[in-house]
Amino acid sequence: MGNENNKARKRNFHQARWNEPIIMEMGTKGERGILIPAVEAEVRAITGEIESLIPKGLRRKKAPALPEMSQMQVLRHYLRLSQETMGADFNIDIGLGTCTMKYNPKIHEVFVRSHKMTDLHPYQDESTVQGILEVLYKMGEFCKEISGLDTFTFQPTAGTQAIYSNASVVRAYHEDNGEGEERDEIITTIFSHPGNPAAASTAGYRVITLMPDESGLPDFEALEAIVSNRTAALIITNPEDTGIFNPRIKEFTDLVHSVGGLCIYDQANLNGVFGITRAKEGGFDMCHFNLHKTFSSPHGSQGPGAGAQGVTKKLSKYLPTPTIEFDGEKYYFQYNRPDSIGKLRKFYGVPPVVLRAYAYVMSLGAAGLKEVAEISILNNNYMLERMLKEIPGISMPMAEGVRRLEQARLSWEKLKEDTGVGTDDIDRRIVDYGFQSYFTSHHPQIISEPFTPEPVETYSKADIDEYVEAFKEIANEAYSTPEVVKTAPHNAALSTIADPEGLVNYEKFACTWRGFKKYIQP
Amino acid sequence: MTKKIGLIVNPVAGIGGRAGLKGSDSPEIIELAAKMGIESESRKRSEVVLTEIYKFRDKFELIVAPGEMGEDAAKAMGFNPMILGEINSGSTTSNDTEKIAMKMMDMGVDLLLFVGGDGTARNIYNAVNTSITVLGIPSGVKMHSSVFSITPKIAGELISKYFQNGMGTREAEVMDIDEELFRHGKVVARLYGYLKVPNLANLVQGTKVGGIDTEASIMQGIATTVTEMMKRDNEYIYIIGPGTTTRAITDKLDLESTLLGVDVLYKNKLVAKDVDEITILNLIRDKPAKIIVTPIGGQGYVFGRGNQQISYDVIKLVGKNNIIIVSTIEKLTSIKNKTLLVDTGREDVDNMLCGVYRIITGYRSEHTYKIK
Repeated sequence: MGNENNKARKRNFHQARWNEPIIMEMGTKGERGILIPAVEAEVRAITGEIESLIPKGLRRKKAPALPEMSQMQVLRHYLRLSQETMGADFNIDIGLGTCTMKYNPKIHEVFVRSHKMTDLHPYQDESTVQGILEVLYKMGEFCKEISGLDTFTFQPTAGTQAIYSNASVVRAYHEDNGEGEERDEIITTIFSHPGNPAAASTAGYRVITLMPDESGLPDFEALEAIVSNRTAALIITNPEDTGIFNPRIKEFTDLVHSVGGLCIYDQANLNGVFGITRAKEGGFDMCHFNLHKTFSSPHGSQGPGAGAQGVTKKLSKYLPTPTIEFDGEKYYFQYNRPDSIGKLRKFYGVPPVVLRAYAYVMSLGAAGLKEVAEISILNNNYMLERMLKEIPGISMPMAEGVRRLEQARLSWEKLKEDTGVGTDDIDRRIVDYGFQSYFTSHHPQIISEPFTPEPVETYSKADIDEYVEAFKEIANEAYSTPEVVKTAPHNAALSTIADPEGLVNYEKFACTWRGFKKYIQP
Repeated sequence: MTKKIGLIVNPVAGIGGRAGLKGSDSPEIIELAAKMGIESESRKRSEVVLTEIYKFRDKFELIVAPGEMGEDAAKAMGFNPMILGEINSGSTTSNDTEKIAMKMMDMGVDLLLFVGGDGTARNIYNAVNTSITVLGIPSGVKMHSSVFSITPKIAGELISKYFQNGMGTREAEVMDIDEELFRHGKVVARLYGYLKVPNLANLVQGTKVGGIDTEASIMQGIATTVTEMMKRDNEYIYIIGPGTTTRAITDKLDLESTLLGVDVLYKNKLVAKDVDEITILNLIRDKPAKIIVTPIGGQGYVFGRGNQQISYDVIKLVGKNNIIIVSTIEKLTSIKNKTLLVDTGREDVDNMLCGVYRIITGYRSEHTYKIK
């Protein structure tokens, strides 16, 4: 039972701090987690010594340098580390805008951890994996309905891989038309997901990025000026990072089509338009969804993802091999695809992620999915209304008066000018209030001192209120006691990075052996 | 070892602005402003910075110019600084700034702070060039240079970080306009040179991009893209405007360029260095040519500021389609009104130049920007 008169709760949060060493520094010689019984004499007589069972070339000369620890020590170690993280299940995770951090229903974990799932092996005969093939096939049918496009694959294991796969389909299509050499440019926008230019560039294209006009939307006049017979494709996000929906999107796709280019819709985050608009009606030839965002599969910490890649009929033959087909009786992998761009992965994507997404769609139904978008837009606009009215020093630059959909890019620029406290400081301070540090912005930062929240449909009004109150308090601290914010966090497990610039300076910090040999110790 | 911070305050910086006199570079203006009862803005601004750095005063030694050029503010804020040089109190000039800056450079200050505007930045540039790291505290009428912190308060934060972590530096533009012409309604700015400032994202004006790419690697990418194009379109003469971004291109070709002037290349060879308008016109009379320029950070001028040698006649002869604009995204996003500007002195040429441009911003990467 809630109490309407309750003000948002203040948590007096304090995180555990364990000063825990890394596991390679732990253990005592001879200590063991599991003691394996000695092999019985009769068994040994038949098999011989264990070493003889391993081919000579594969035998280790020295034992591996693993920490020697008991089970309890290992358990304790990882529990301590877990207490030093800000897990998605115990905080109100509104701050990671563009990431769509929604609740991941726990029943889905029961499905994917069932032996029916975990016992599967990609080398099993098709006749023995009809169940999961059916799930994959039917999820493809759902995605077709959601996008209006004609064929889907779940082979990409991440959103960016799906974009890359789409860019590869673009290349295959133009090569087929004898224009592969000529069409060497892909157009994107500055507020589209940076995976778009990155994937296009990786696929070998020159990238032209449209800057916004006064409305905060990509400049249509600039698009008119740059499209040509060199245009291979447009890759665009809508709504963009700003949360502003581009109502002229069909004019964009029509223009690109008129010069022979293709149009790719980045729908990694579908939450603002789920069940409301579709890629097809926007005039797109291709799209992708991140099942680990909009479709509730968990993500973060580089966990497994799934990019659902969809295309229109004329592009279907280029999709990666294999596809999953149904002949009226059985489901099967189709490898006979001579025009395909080839394989993206050794097997076929990440089926557990797709299974969770399938369960999500099945439990919500078509009307439920539309409601997801409606509530996330409502939540966002409620949050923005409170933040912009009540928090000093925050603003929402560009397109004044235009409603945002499911997320917004805000700015602490005024707060910084007034108090010297900027977005990086607030980002550290918010952890003291028991919230995950937030997402500032993709680079380059067009909006200074950025902050990009996204209160998806799974958060309640009380959750949003608690979140807003925390930022209000921090903004007030910035005006009254700025040092408190600047030296944050105070109650978290970790403090600040001593030398943040050092981490991006390759002469100081190498994250690969090659980098070390190249820059630090040539 | 204790670090040394130098501080030079231009006591009359900004005085002309508040009096509506568009700059404070001449003694007459200062006198006029004084008669109007205008107080020094720079003193207040110095005190804000000094308050900020007072918190970690045990980490550095403060060296200041005498009297109203630093000593007074430092003592008022509780410092016991070392005093360098001599001045005639009440009638200080830009000469004093230059002389004391040189002394500070000679005694090896780690960071030279100056409180002033574009005029003061020029004096500091004359004295120290890029030999030591400096930081401007904004207090002038004209602040077209990108050597200033956003506010005096943010300067304090920046200095603290700079000393804690020993962060990198970058070259930033020293710009100034001719005040006499400015008072008569004409803006003629030029690029005077570059000062070395701390390289901290979000803290210095004109550096608003973080991310993992360093400025140097982005410029490498731009230079590679341009030199690939020059190799392909090798029948053209290339007119290279001033700036560090265009210098990356000539560096890539192993050519000795003129940082503040215009050079002309043909088939990857330098055919003329630091040229004037007439020389350019003679060189391009019977050959197709392309112009490679970079906008000025903060203000966004592509033509008419610091590259007047590339005159309207040159631009007309070369043609709009042969203009190549290069810039880091960092610099593009620093442009205040989000569009590029031109001021060639001829309205028809300015109008012809309006439109959408594909700015080369990295390796095979371009961003659209408009000239308005």
